[in-house]
Amino acid sequence: MKAAVIVFPGSNRERDIAYALELTSGQKPALVWHGDRDLPAGTDLVVLPGGFSYGDYLRCGAIAARATIMDAVRAHAARGGLVLGVCNGFQILCEAGLLPGVLMRNAQLKFIARNVHLKVERSDTPFTRRYNAGAVIEVPVAHGEGNFIADAETVAKLEGEGRVIFRYCDAAGQVTAGANVNGATNAIAGIVSENRRVLGMMPHPENHVDPAIGSTDGRGLFESLAEALQTA
Amino acid sequence: MKARVTVTLKTGVLDPQGKAIEGALKSLGVEGIGAVRQGKVFDLEIADMDRAAAEAAIKAACEKLLANTVVENYRIDIA
Repeated sequence: MKAAVIVFPGSNRERDIAYALELTSGQKPALVWHGDRDLPAGTDLVVLPGGFSYGDYLRCGAIAARATIMDAVRAHAARGGLVLGVCNGFQILCEAGLLPGVLMRNAQLKFIARNVHLKVERSDTPFTRRYNAGAVIEVPVAHGEGNFIADAETVAKLEGEGRVIFRYCDAAGQVTAGANVNGATNAIAGIVSENRRVLGMMPHPENHVDPAIGSTDGRGLFESLAEALQTA
Repeated sequence: MKARVTVTLKTGVLDPQGKAIEGALKSLGVEGIGAVRQGKVFDLEIADMDRAAAEAAIKAACEKLLANTVVENYRIDIA
């Protein structure tokens, strides 16, 4: 694995992502500044980390989506390269047009920072191959704008093509209104691109990779990526 | 030349901030206000150019950055 973690002014989860990647792949990712033109040669995974890029000015992720490095990220995605966007990274992917939809203000208007349960909808993606489809994992969320919205046609397309990868659920795996922390359409927590190589998700799997924290439920995602890129 | 861009949420898009403001107005006892929708206003200083070129530049600014056309509409007023 040769991962590049993009750092924008206001990113704050880049080291958590780097730690999770190194822990699971044994390889240290490159931290790449937003003003750079190119990704390091041979980059096979780009990660857009969480945080508050540009202070969430204008709209979350809007300014970062137009940063210089994003042309290289778009080109990487167009080549079929893997891209993971977590939290603010998901918002940036939507603003950049690499994923459909938009993350709006949480329906309850509150910033939510707590553990949630997620249902892993499918295991046949490079991001989830180490999970079983239907598995329930517990990982934290920390966001004020995570309420996924898209027009009805786009949502139908995402559902029809099986591109919803993570959904908010309760501990038993039931997708209930009460478990939908931010009011997202169809309790969507994470989606992939048409070719399933770009994943955006609001929750933070990188924070549940070390037993010292009390849960390693997020580790499977990084192990999946390490495995996918090893056998590629 | 000056221009004002008004960005508003499209009809049907849930606006929790507008709802909260609506509730606050009710609790303040302000009568007669129904639904509230929140938007954004941008005041732009435009370099010297003819009106058509200015309109094209502002439209590009709206499409590329100022509005997320998935959920927002924009209106351009040139003074």
